[in-house]
Amino acid sequence: MEILLAIWQTTVATVRDVLPIAVIIFGFQFAVLRRRPANLAQILFGFGWVLIGLSLFLLGLEWCLFPLGRVMAEQLTDPAFIRSVGDMSDGLDWSDYYWVYIFAFLIGFATTVAEPSLIAVAIKANEVSGGAIGIWGLRVAVALGVATGISLGCYRIVVGDPIHWYIIAGYILVVLQTAFAPKLIIPLAYDSGGVTTSTVTVPLVAALGLGLAETVPGRNPLIDGFGLIAFASLFPILSVMAYAQLSELRAARTARRREKAAADEPPTP
Amino acid sequence: MNATLKKLFAACVGSIRDLLPIILVVLFFQFVVLGKPLPDVGQLVLGVVFVVLGLTFFIHGLEQGLFPIGESMATAFARKGSLFWLITFAFALGFGTTVAEPALIAVAAEAATVAAEGGMIEATDAARDSYASGLRFTVALSVGLAIVLGVVRILKGWPVQWLIIGGYVLVVVMTVFAPPEIIGIAYDSGGVTTSTITVPLVTALGVGLASSIRGRNPMIDGFGLIAFASLTPMIFVMGYGMLI
Repeated sequence: MEILLAIWQTTVATVRDVLPIAVIIFGFQFAVLRRRPANLAQILFGFGWVLIGLSLFLLGLEWCLFPLGRVMAEQLTDPAFIRSVGDMSDGLDWSDYYWVYIFAFLIGFATTVAEPSLIAVAIKANEVSGGAIGIWGLRVAVALGVATGISLGCYRIVVGDPIHWYIIAGYILVVLQTAFAPKLIIPLAYDSGGVTTSTVTVPLVAALGLGLAETVPGRNPLIDGFGLIAFASLFPILSVMAYAQLSELRAARTARRREKAAADEPPTP
Repeated sequence: MNATLKKLFAACVGSIRDLLPIILVVLFFQFVVLGKPLPDVGQLVLGVVFVVLGLTFFIHGLEQGLFPIGESMATAFARKGSLFWLITFAFALGFGTTVAEPALIAVAAEAATVAAEGGMIEATDAARDSYASGLRFTVALSVGLAIVLGVVRILKGWPVQWLIIGGYVLVVVMTVFAPPEIIGIAYDSGGVTTSTITVPLVTALGVGLASSIRGRNPMIDGFGLIAFASLTPMIFVMGYGMLI
């Protein structure tokens, strides 16, 4: 009974979130375009699936992942835990937080792989590029970027550096890489910064940032607790461009090798 | 019916694979690093089942509903040829999907608390509420304008990097002048605006537009809308912090 009530409440909340979007879409469809889309029934069913799916997804996360993840973030940033694993001979310094960085990296990677909006963009990119961009390749590249970004962001909270130097340095890297990366990937790389941080990643990452800012001596949670999401949206841009550069490099090398092999081979009589 | 079930089953296996890393990471930290037992195993398992089913249904609905409507509308707008309606639609989509976004509402409320503590506004509920809703509308406005700018870019075929790099320069310049309390929130606000339903719709819209206009490449011109939607909120939130 309680479960049914919870399902009902989450569904109502999801409907409320989706309603403005549905009103805009169908309002324009019927009032401005004045044309029934050819497969209206299928599209409406699709919206239904999205609604049910998103409600179940959020509810399941709220039941299993979020509470556990939040408690974990609290426990890992707890000074008592840090003291029990770190080397305290030189006092508490940034390297004693190594479990936090490892956790940040792994949870950043894992939540990004499961992020529904990233799956959506990866499917589309695979379709548009005619299969040249692999769904998994893109997702893993983005996830590695988020993982690196979040662990670096945790390091920043621990040492207390101002956020803007990191972000500005990241921007400079983006500009440099843009000059060298294959042109086709650039818009997709820029997009992947924005899609990574939604349903799954944000609540866990926010809990980690706030937990760190509350327990590290000298940090103000209101000021230092923010910023992890910014890191998580910047680094995938870099990692996706790097992924494209690596694939290009590999393709060029295989092509060269094939050419060489063809040249070496004695002509068949 | 049978084909749908088969597809759903295959998608379900995919969802389990997608969620496996999270489960492994959580279990590893719980048992090995923290050395604690799992609380309430029954509810956890039920939660995981829900997440797997939810992700499966969502992906199914995405391919049945969200992608087709986004693309068919893009094509219909391109055929109609009315720039005014296309831009109105782009703005409405950006503004409408952002203003009610729960993540944004939460961030705006936290930002109001920060501002009250920093002495930028009075520490009363009324002042905080008006600050938070002002911020929310600012961000929604910025996302609306971002989608409009992105659509105009697709129509004109401008390269995305010049606009984005120009935006970065603006972010850096504004960082110098914005109150320090708002900077962290402003940087974060770029990430929270793009929700799970907006992303597929906006992506389908961009790709659909780029495919139906002659001379545009869906790969180069179709992507990039989300990038604008995550950049402009940073600029507008810092601007909001400077004005208030």
